[in-house]
Amino acid sequence: MIELRSIQKTFRRRRDEVHAVDGVDLSIAPRSIVALIGPSGCGKSTLLNMIAGLYHPDKGRVVYEGKAVREVNTNVGYMTQKDNLLPWRTVIENIALPLEIAGIATERRLAEASAMIAHVGLAGFETKYPSELSGGMRKRACLARMLVYQPQALLLDEPFAALDAQLRIAMHDLLLRLWAEKQQTILLVTHDLVEAITLADRVVVFTRRPARVAFEQAIDLPRPRDVQHVRFTPRFEELYNAIWEQLRLEYAEEKL
Amino acid sequence: MTVRDTGADDDAIDRRGWRHAMTSPDASSALIGFYQIILGVLFLVVWQLVSGRLIDSFIISDPIDIADRLWEWLSTGSIWPHVWATVHATFLGFVIGAALGVAGGLWLGLSPFLSRVLDPYIWAFNALPKVALAPLFILWFGLDINSKVALAAVLVVFLVFVNTFAGVREVDQDLVDGMRIMRASRWQILTKLIVPSATSWIFVGLKAGVPYALIGAIIGELIASSRGLGYLVQRAGSEFDAAGVFAALVVIAALAMIFNEIVNVMQRRLERWRIVSR
Repeated sequence: MIELRSIQKTFRRRRDEVHAVDGVDLSIAPRSIVALIGPSGCGKSTLLNMIAGLYHPDKGRVVYEGKAVREVNTNVGYMTQKDNLLPWRTVIENIALPLEIAGIATERRLAEASAMIAHVGLAGFETKYPSELSGGMRKRACLARMLVYQPQALLLDEPFAALDAQLRIAMHDLLLRLWAEKQQTILLVTHDLVEAITLADRVVVFTRRPARVAFEQAIDLPRPRDVQHVRFTPRFEELYNAIWEQLRLEYAEEKL
Repeated sequence: MTVRDTGADDDAIDRRGWRHAMTSPDASSALIGFYQIILGVLFLVVWQLVSGRLIDSFIISDPIDIADRLWEWLSTGSIWPHVWATVHATFLGFVIGAALGVAGGLWLGLSPFLSRVLDPYIWAFNALPKVALAPLFILWFGLDINSKVALAAVLVVFLVFVNTFAGVREVDQDLVDGMRIMRASRWQILTKLIVPSATSWIFVGLKAGVPYALIGAIIGELIASSRGLGYLVQRAGSEFDAAGVFAALVVIAALAMIFNEIVNVMQRRLERWRIVSR
């Protein structure tokens, strides 16, 4: 269970004050997938950073599994927009990095990394460097690196934004298959409403900055979902239209 | 000119395409090498002809005298203790300066507060012509090798420090955060992320530092010494022995070229091992 309790965060740069987040309350049930949607720069990433313990809220509390997050939260895996692979390490060395940090013996960590590489469909690219991979392959490598040390919760910050539509669908499929096995809690920040509905149990929409929860919508599409085709089902369309209608109202109102 | 004689090269040519082989770098570099030799020979011939005719040979000596002197030094072996003294001081000075520079750059790079506090002092130290410290080093470390090592080190340390510092600052904070979430300790972040990430920067500093180490050692020897190539220059000069000065300069230039080549070879090795990235 991840809980955000009346979170407030203001960034100060010289004289400018940016109210990034203002009074966010949110609970995320274990093993659920929750998508966070909102305009660019509205503070969604700030929320993920706070759950990861990289930032601290000015007011309010982040509670993870009943404990307040005060330091870096090492129970989560975090996948950012950029692919943060180390350029001087090969794919397998990158993916084995979390295990190396944990002090696991070379042989075992390479075996585990290899298994994860096969899982995300990167077999044959173990000894390539990140610069030799395509964007989609780098994303897979990041995903593998995050999953290899089996965090309980995954924080995904627009992980697939830079990919083309086809690749994105492939990654959605991969993510849902991996989730079906391990049932992690997943918190996904995205701009893409289709992505949000395809993957999530719950879509939470934020207002413009400072971010507050505007409204949320439960996604009752049955699982397992066929990511390729679920978007053409009538229920998907209903949900999409319902959220879109509210989005329109929400942002129209803000303009005034 | 074709390079189609070894099997290994075929591959390279095929990948680059035939047109590249037609204008192979080998052809133009052979031509350039030819011009370089011509230019050198021409320079020496003109020098030889001018000396004693247009300009007093007392001032500019002449290539044959200089070659004689070099031959004398080499055949009697009298040059080697001097070469050794300079190489020794250069090497020690470089190693000490590089070690301090890397350590200081890492340390200050990792503590923004301290680096801001020390900032004006560091820049004041950098602005100081370090050569002017030579008398002080002689006072502290005496006339033998230690004062030369100190001068070489002090010239190297700042170059390496600045580059290391910049390299550490350049490390992507997102990567650091990523490592922290993966439960990395501070030491692991330093050794697995910051040092490898800064390596290419550190190498720029080390590479630039090599000629400065040689300069430091030689200036130290020029000022006060009884050994080394700098001493040789200084002694020949004070004896009005132009041939001796030029001969010593030739040895110094040769040494500088050898050092430069060693650095290039090392860099190629490290790049092949991907220790130096980007």
